[in-house]
Amino acid sequence: MDIKVTRTEYQQMAETVSPKSKVLRNCVMAFLVGGAICALGQALTTLFLSFDLPEKTAKAFVSISLIALSAIMTGLKVYDKIAKHAGAGTLVPITGFANSIVSPAMEFKSEGYIMGIGAKMFSIAGPVLVYGTCASIIYGLILFLFKMY
Amino acid sequence: MPTRIGKYTLQLDKAPGILGFASVAGKKEKEGPLGAFFDVSHTDNTLGDVSWEKAESQLQTEAVQTALKKAALEGKDVDYILAGDLLNQCISSTFGLRSLGIPFLGQYGACSTMAQTLGLASLFVETGIARRAVAVTSSHFCSAERQFRFPLEYGGQRTPTAQWTATAAGSVVVGAHGRGEVKINAVTFGRIADLGIKDANNMGAAMAPAAAQTLHDYLTDTGASPSDYDLILTGDLGAVGCELMDEILEKDGIDIREIHNDCGLMIYERQAQDVHAGGSGCGCSAAVLCSIILRQLSSGELKKVLFIGTGALMSTTSSQQGESIPGIAHLVFLESQAK
Repeated sequence: MDIKVTRTEYQQMAETVSPKSKVLRNCVMAFLVGGAICALGQALTTLFLSFDLPEKTAKAFVSISLIALSAIMTGLKVYDKIAKHAGAGTLVPITGFANSIVSPAMEFKSEGYIMGIGAKMFSIAGPVLVYGTCASIIYGLILFLFKMY
Repeated sequence: MPTRIGKYTLQLDKAPGILGFASVAGKKEKEGPLGAFFDVSHTDNTLGDVSWEKAESQLQTEAVQTALKKAALEGKDVDYILAGDLLNQCISSTFGLRSLGIPFLGQYGACSTMAQTLGLASLFVETGIARRAVAVTSSHFCSAERQFRFPLEYGGQRTPTAQWTATAAGSVVVGAHGRGEVKINAVTFGRIADLGIKDANNMGAAMAPAAAQTLHDYLTDTGASPSDYDLILTGDLGAVGCELMDEILEKDGIDIREIHNDCGLMIYERQAQDVHAGGSGCGCSAAVLCSIILRQLSSGELKKVLFIGTGALMSTTSSQQGESIPGIAHLVFLESQAK
């Protein structure tokens, strides 16, 4: 004999029973941690500018510093522990991008340098790069068209 | 020979016995509430090896070797070994057991694999095609994460309904029953049930209908009622799946809440060990069965147990293609012979 619950009924039951993510808490944590990373970026900018570096160079240095910091923290197995609480706060800034490249590189080392690290390194960041590039092309085209007239 | 009862249940008239059993656990599992019951445990989840896959293979090797040792048997005394795990092409089983020289049959039933292999091993012994058969399954948190989800160090958040794949293995040696061993009285292989759950992070919900259906089939076939048993042990529905299974059965007028427990809920302290909805993986139900449950059945603390292994039969490909998750559940009826 088959069970009596229908698909529609079951979707409703599963919805009711399944605990929801704590959206408010996640938002607050993301705001605080994400904001802290941005504040760190600003502090680094101020620091580099105080060395009389040109603004463009100083900004590049900030990105490099944040990426290096995130990569090191991923390597030390700390980044994911912070990210567990911070969520989008550690995912969205440039540090999250670095983590998404370093973590598969570490994980897939066991499959070798070519098919492991080389091929899998961009398995998470790949889509971001593809659609990021596409978006910037469209943006550039719009800008180009506007400047023609 | 087995007798078919009703439509789906096979009654084992000779009732094969469990000659030996063993469980192997990782660090987190050892630190959990069942820590004291595991035969072998590891503080380093690499097991001193170079890859997670090798570590998982080693879990299976150790589980089988320990179970054979406890049964005072050797590899040559076993006619068949039925084994499975979660990794593609079941490599933990094939690599872990390749040196044993026992005829090997790889099985895949996702997290239901322990019930599937134990059920089949019992039938092999019951029909006389094997004097002794071994059932073994394993899972490893790290090898499962990299295959199904994200790299370990990736900074993602797990949803509240997600389950934690146990780093563990369990093995059972089945043979003709003598005095004292735990008997296997009946087996019901389940039908696939799919009520349209698509969230791969909510496998409990995906598997609950299959578990309810298999138990329902068994009760209908045998005319038994839940109160005839000390324990209905599902593995591994987790907190969400357990509640849903109980609710589905309630709609059919079957109340199992009093005697229902789940391997995924037993293996960890859910809050303290931060495993969200509970444990999962074929090693979870295998290790729970082959530690506390079979010990309590051997001692007579538990008399009659329905062990229902549940599996979510999706792959990363099917999930990415937006398919729903088919669930499966197999039931094995275990009975103590202790006075």
